[in-house]
Amino acid sequence: MHAAPEKTMTAISTHDRFGPFGGRYVPETLIPALDELDSAFDSAMADAEFVRTVDEMLSTYVGRPSPLSDAPRLSEQVGTSVFLKREDLNHTGAHKINNTVGQALLAMRMGKRRIIAETGAGQHGVATATVCARFGLDCTVYMGEEDIRRQSLNVYRMKLMGAKVVPVSSGTKTLKDATSEAIRDWVTNVNDSYYIIGSVVGPAPYPRMVREFQSVIGREAREQMLNRTGKLPTAVVACVGGGSNAMGIFHPFEDDRDVKLIGVEAAGHGLESGEHSASLLRGKPGVLHGTLSYLLQDGDGQVHPAHSISAGLDYPGVGPEHAWLKDSGRAEYVAVTDEDALRGFATLSRLEGIIPALETSHAIAWVIDNASRWIKSDSVLICVSGRGDKDMAQIAEMGFLDR
Amino acid sequence: MASTLAIISSNKIDQRFALLRATRRKALVCYVTSGYPSEDQCLELLRGLETEGADIIEIGVPFSDPIADGPVIQDSSQKALAAGMTLEKTLDIVSRADLTVPVVLFTYLNPLLAAGPDVLERASAAGVDGILLTDLPVGADPDREKWLGDSDLAFIRLVAPTTPVDRMREIALNGSGFVYLISRLGVTGAQSSLASDLRETSDRLRSATDLPICVGFGISNGEQARAAASAADGVVVGSALVKAAGESIDKALSLTRSLRTALDS
Repeated sequence: MHAAPEKTMTAISTHDRFGPFGGRYVPETLIPALDELDSAFDSAMADAEFVRTVDEMLSTYVGRPSPLSDAPRLSEQVGTSVFLKREDLNHTGAHKINNTVGQALLAMRMGKRRIIAETGAGQHGVATATVCARFGLDCTVYMGEEDIRRQSLNVYRMKLMGAKVVPVSSGTKTLKDATSEAIRDWVTNVNDSYYIIGSVVGPAPYPRMVREFQSVIGREAREQMLNRTGKLPTAVVACVGGGSNAMGIFHPFEDDRDVKLIGVEAAGHGLESGEHSASLLRGKPGVLHGTLSYLLQDGDGQVHPAHSISAGLDYPGVGPEHAWLKDSGRAEYVAVTDEDALRGFATLSRLEGIIPALETSHAIAWVIDNASRWIKSDSVLICVSGRGDKDMAQIAEMGFLDR
Repeated sequence: MASTLAIISSNKIDQRFALLRATRRKALVCYVTSGYPSEDQCLELLRGLETEGADIIEIGVPFSDPIADGPVIQDSSQKALAAGMTLEKTLDIVSRADLTVPVVLFTYLNPLLAAGPDVLERASAAGVDGILLTDLPVGADPDREKWLGDSDLAFIRLVAPTTPVDRMREIALNGSGFVYLISRLGVTGAQSSLASDLRETSDRLRSATDLPICVGFGISNGEQARAAASAADGVVVGSALVKAAGESIDKALSLTRSLRTALDS
């Protein structure tokens, strides 16, 4: 059933499109900068020295390769072998730094020393501030006022590392508006600034570039699974907001047709409530932040605010390659509510001594709740995109332990 | 091609530029955010702009995520959206305004896509003469650009200070009506002075096209309008007018009067 669409996928995906999705829907001012970025990225990736420098940074600074952990007690509960790809153990506590290391090195190769970034939960902002400190780059991070309130610890971390955090008070005061403001800064300072986008979103070449920098997750995990179990996993499961950890772990498995790829969106208060972040399951194709993809929007084409308990999934759009993986049938997308994600959060903490990020908890919860899909000899690989330390204040405030 | 055919073109924008050339005047293009400060006041503003000497009126469809706009137009868009403004209602306002001067629909791509494939015919029927997309640069989406280019509406394209001259040529070839020259890097909004390289960019663009050139972004008073117009065929004034309209319609109209006077002196 999957074979035909996959053939088509290769046929109609181009340099800056994934099927019909992707593209460069930006103000004219940015076009030459995107052309420059596109060729700089391709030439960097073709340069063995650049690739070696990225790999070395990932090894000596980020702490890669990240381990593949088995999860014996969780496996017992689910009734199949569950493996965890431990991106939570990276420096700064999430997968985000894989991308910021690559893009910061690219920025320097292009001679740009002023970095702009947007952030929602603050993880990408922290990962950007971190590499900017390491390389001595000037760093400005845009963050919605609402997120600044929710994630004050990450704001403190960014400032501690020398980044300037600019509060964004327009619109919904969250990630979508922070992204718009970062783009406005870039349009204004395009000649000397480099915009590090944190997910597989935005205009081409960003979705492709961020996927390439994040694919280290899947390359390592694929090899680790083969070494550990002698075979490929039955399914690879990851949470999807913008979708960078999912693209990173999916991509190296895409040609392994028997491996199911499952992306878990945030169903928030429920898919029927209208308060969720399930762009792929409940959105319609549209254009936001320079790319054509599934988008939460009303009938007039106005972007509908997203909701999720996890700030990192709280985005009304999604990477255009996910839109194509969905339409081509190569990946399956599902959703998990706030409430169920909290159960996943508690379960992994208690059964394995691993406190996952609330984002990751969506993927955990889905695997637990779909135990009937697996048989004992299957193996399920989950991407633990980040650790839950950043969520402790929010969880404690909810009185979670007393519930 | 549009400009050489201007004299016989049926498009009101081409006709307006032919008239301006014949009378050696510069075009005053005025931007309003649809539904701002209110639907009724917007209607009053549109009619008043025509009376005060606007040559072309751009009406902006408010969008939830206006990445090309500065704080003034962002704020007006948010307020208009909160009051229920939509693209459909914008067409209704244009129709009710029943203006003699040409009208350009200024919009982000997403609201236009959501309005369906017949939206361009409906816009034309409502009295819209041209369309400008902030986030559809040349070559970004050939199918949709063809859809826009084949319609009855003039398809106004933008050129930025960063645009190389070869691309300027390509942009002009794929546009009509006039070329909108963005005066400086950045988003919409008033500035205290014009970009120092405006003349140079404008000369480059002039060498690439015969289409009329209108300069926009950051022009807020008569003096700036006259300086910018000396490098082009006309000027676009947006944020300054929206800001004035937020205070009172009279203020916006009095600003328009002073811009007209400056351009004609």
